[in-house]
Amino acid sequence: MSNGAVRDDAPPSTATEGPAMYDLSCSRVTKKFGAFTAVSDVSLDIPSGSFFSILGPSGCGKTTLMRMIAGFETPSEGDIKIKGESVVAVPPNRRNVKMVFQHLALFPMMSVGENIAYGLRCRGESRAEIGKKVAGILDRVGLPGTTDKRIEQLSGGQKQRIAIARCMVLEPDVLLLDEPLGALDLKLREHMKIELKLLQHQFETTFLYITHDQSEALVMSDQVAVMNAGRFEQIGSPKALYDAPVSGFVAGFVGDANCLPGTIADMSGTEARVMLDDGGAVVGTVSDGSTVGDAVELFLRPEALSLRDGEDGMRVAGTVDSLLFNGANSRILVKIDTGQMIEVADPSHTAAMAEGDPVSVSWRPERARVFARRTR
Amino acid sequence: MGRDAGRLSLFLLFTPFVLWIGLLIVLPQIGIGYVSLREKIGINEFSFGLKNYADFFNEPIYRNTLLRTAWISILVTALALVIGFPVAYYIAKIAKERSRAALFLMCLIPLWVSDLVRAYGWIVLLRETGVISTVLLRLGIISTPIEMLYNDVTVIIGLVYTVILFMIVPLVSTLQGMDDALLEAGYNLGGSRFTVFRRIIVPYAMPGIVAGCIITFMLTAGSYLTPVLLGGKNSSWFTEQIYNQFITRYNWEAGATFGVLLLLFTSLVVWAGLMLTGQSLATTVAKD
Amino acid sequence: MTSILRALLGGTAIALLAGSANAETLRLLTWGSYAPDELVQKFEEEYPDIDVEVTFSNNEEMIAKLRATGGTGFDLAQPSHDRVYAAQTEYNIYKPLDLSKIDVDKMTPKLVEGVKANTTIDGEVYSVPHQWGTSGIMANIKEAPDAKGWGDLCDPKYKGRTSMRLRRTILLGMGYALGYDPFSLYDDKAAYQEMLDKVTAKLIDCKQIIKTYWTGGDDLSALMLSGEVILSETWDSTAFKIYAENPDIVFIPPETGALAWIDTFTLPRGGQADDAAYKWINFVLRPENVKIMSASTGSLAAVPNAVELLPDDKRAAVEAAFHDRDIENLKFFANIPPGLEDMEGIALERIKAASN
Repeated sequence: MSNGAVRDDAPPSTATEGPAMYDLSCSRVTKKFGAFTAVSDVSLDIPSGSFFSILGPSGCGKTTLMRMIAGFETPSEGDIKIKGESVVAVPPNRRNVKMVFQHLALFPMMSVGENIAYGLRCRGESRAEIGKKVAGILDRVGLPGTTDKRIEQLSGGQKQRIAIARCMVLEPDVLLLDEPLGALDLKLREHMKIELKLLQHQFETTFLYITHDQSEALVMSDQVAVMNAGRFEQIGSPKALYDAPVSGFVAGFVGDANCLPGTIADMSGTEARVMLDDGGAVVGTVSDGSTVGDAVELFLRPEALSLRDGEDGMRVAGTVDSLLFNGANSRILVKIDTGQMIEVADPSHTAAMAEGDPVSVSWRPERARVFARRTR
Repeated sequence: MGRDAGRLSLFLLFTPFVLWIGLLIVLPQIGIGYVSLREKIGINEFSFGLKNYADFFNEPIYRNTLLRTAWISILVTALALVIGFPVAYYIAKIAKERSRAALFLMCLIPLWVSDLVRAYGWIVLLRETGVISTVLLRLGIISTPIEMLYNDVTVIIGLVYTVILFMIVPLVSTLQGMDDALLEAGYNLGGSRFTVFRRIIVPYAMPGIVAGCIITFMLTAGSYLTPVLLGGKNSSWFTEQIYNQFITRYNWEAGATFGVLLLLFTSLVVWAGLMLTGQSLATTVAKD
Repeated sequence: MTSILRALLGGTAIALLAGSANAETLRLLTWGSYAPDELVQKFEEEYPDIDVEVTFSNNEEMIAKLRATGGTGFDLAQPSHDRVYAAQTEYNIYKPLDLSKIDVDKMTPKLVEGVKANTTIDGEVYSVPHQWGTSGIMANIKEAPDAKGWGDLCDPKYKGRTSMRLRRTILLGMGYALGYDPFSLYDDKAAYQEMLDKVTAKLIDCKQIIKTYWTGGDDLSALMLSGEVILSETWDSTAFKIYAENPDIVFIPPETGALAWIDTFTLPRGGQADDAAYKWINFVLRPENVKIMSASTGSLAAVPNAVELLPDDKRAAVEAAFHDRDIENLKFFANIPPGLEDMEGIALERIKAASN
């Protein structure tokens, strides 16, 4: 299991490029509340203009990390730099990092225009200037003419855009977003994912996005840091995280995977034969330092599995338990002969299958990843 | 059948409310208004007219007492707001969940005893031979006993003490509804402490501020014992005039007139206050 | 619906009737200390079917209460003798007494005649005397040995050390101090107003001398016993009580005469327990009960040997305060003609509102 950040495809090192190229850097940041360590020895560098996500389950410390970047908490150790300048001693209202809150925190007693103008007024800009900027930003987020609307007159998606506009009008170095899609219904959330990405392109501002929803992180981000128990497990592009997770936690948390617990019986190279706890043996590729006799988990992506005959590699027999239709995301639930349930991707929803049909599930061993068993 | 039953239960639910409003609020006010329009000619002889009101406006003592009462009430309301706001903010936002209830109860304690006992409490503290004067004397801070009763400052202190809870309670309940994220957003977008207070906390708390101010102002203007007992020889308080008219002068007509005028005048002050601060009852107190 | 209502009302009425049939209730409207617990208990033991309910009040509130209810709600009231006539003629809140049911012969004849003279309307007598006493001044003789009249309350040498109650008594007392005879002016409103104007001016001047206006006996006792006030207008009974605790504080009948009042027994018009009321009147006239009553009130009962029936300490206080010539010089309150209280009320308000 990896300790601290593992950066398998981290951006080029600071030594060659110089610190100024990162809009936001954290080095060895730690935050303790009494005896409890919320954030432990976290480092990250976010290049200018990128969309960076921190993905982790609730309670993993991601919100604390964001609050330290915004200045609402002070790190116990480590340093935070914005555009190369340390901001640890700078109060929150003097940092050029703006934040979109989980419940947006739009000011209910102000109109849309006043909400957006708030930050500009705090800066002491002239009335005419403010008016121009407010109108301009509303245009850019696609809500022209809503200046005088009251907040409660807006729909969920509109509020979202106003919250972003309120920050973006101040041209921040980094925009922090704290699970802002959590309160939206599913359909709107799907839509807003794309819209956020487009907005980020449009503004070309660095976004730091916090979420516990892996699909949000994967869809929008250039880089994702997977966080668990106060530490970064892995930083990488969504594709790298998905295809080459470095730990069982990442493999289990990012994307869907069938997880079969067992023990390594013998190994040849990185290929290992795993005796499953529920009986039977399967073959996979060890992706960390696990060796013979270790308790491990074998992760199988549904789309790495095939039900067709004649495929190479590992093969187990089973019966179709149920068909889970979901359009392009359709799955077939197979009960393999040793008793476990396995989800198999079925993007073309094969009509020939019926419940109770005998099938054989096959995969190539290099697509079955074996990691040391996660502690619970 | 079902509808009849529904209507009956609605009727039964509303009856106490209507009776309460009707018998205890509307009817007495109509009665007072009626008596105030009665002019006494001789023994048990009356005619109707506005003479009682004319008498009020022609007598500077009454006018001045009413203005004085209103002015001190406004001052008391303002002080209660200035002192009560930080207390309410502390209870609602800073205090821990557990100590919050205790703090709230502490604010309630003064209400557990009657007005009279509270006023005597202040008298025991503040009189010339009272606790404070004696202690100061003993500590050598003063050389002769000082009398702290019987002046306007004492009356104001006593009134603020009596009414401040009615300021704190509505403030706490509105402030408790405020998401801390609003404050953080206020700072995050570049606001200083003062800006956040002025542009976010105060506007957010406005319904509570308005409700608290109206309640404290009305309570203060209508209070009797505190100003009379603590003010001593120099307390002129309008409710005392009403009492005198009703009780010592048997002049119910004038007493009723004063009552109507007090109600009208305090309502006017509240209305003017709302206008001056650009608030309305619909957007503050009646807001859900 | 209406039948249900009627049944409910009927039931309530029966319940009320049943309740009142069991035990009679005597509702007393009287002064604080005029119904000591000891006496009430004794009375209830003697007449087990009578419950006594006591409401403490003062002259003004008694009249206001009875006026508000048209004379109902109480069975026996105790207004002062000068407050019966006008209240009865104007508001019709009392009913005549049946003197045959009262042991009038046990009362001091002079006081009975005095009260009768004050409270006879259309040939009917409305009141008989109960307790009497005076208003005057009280001084701590160690600190104010020379005090002898109402005017001394406004003497600059006592600045900040005197007190008074801002009610009609002080207007009358100050009238005497200024050389008027207020009671003889009662029928001449213009002259009375002239006197009131002088008194008002005097009392407004006086405001900087006095410490505060007292409002009740407890208030006054605290001021005197703490030494904050050394000279005050007072009821003699309050002064006698204080004397027991500090013999330096004595009652002084003003040289112009102490103002004497007689608290009476008077029946409210809507009283429902007249027999019980008469029983109470006769009960408290008995010598052993007069003793208990006087110990509580500190005033003299309207019985011939009243002074002897006082407890020792109060008797000493009375004897220290009154000499024969003071008794001769008593000024009994005269019936207040209608309208006078309004004139006095304005005067009192002017004084209260004046600032200095």
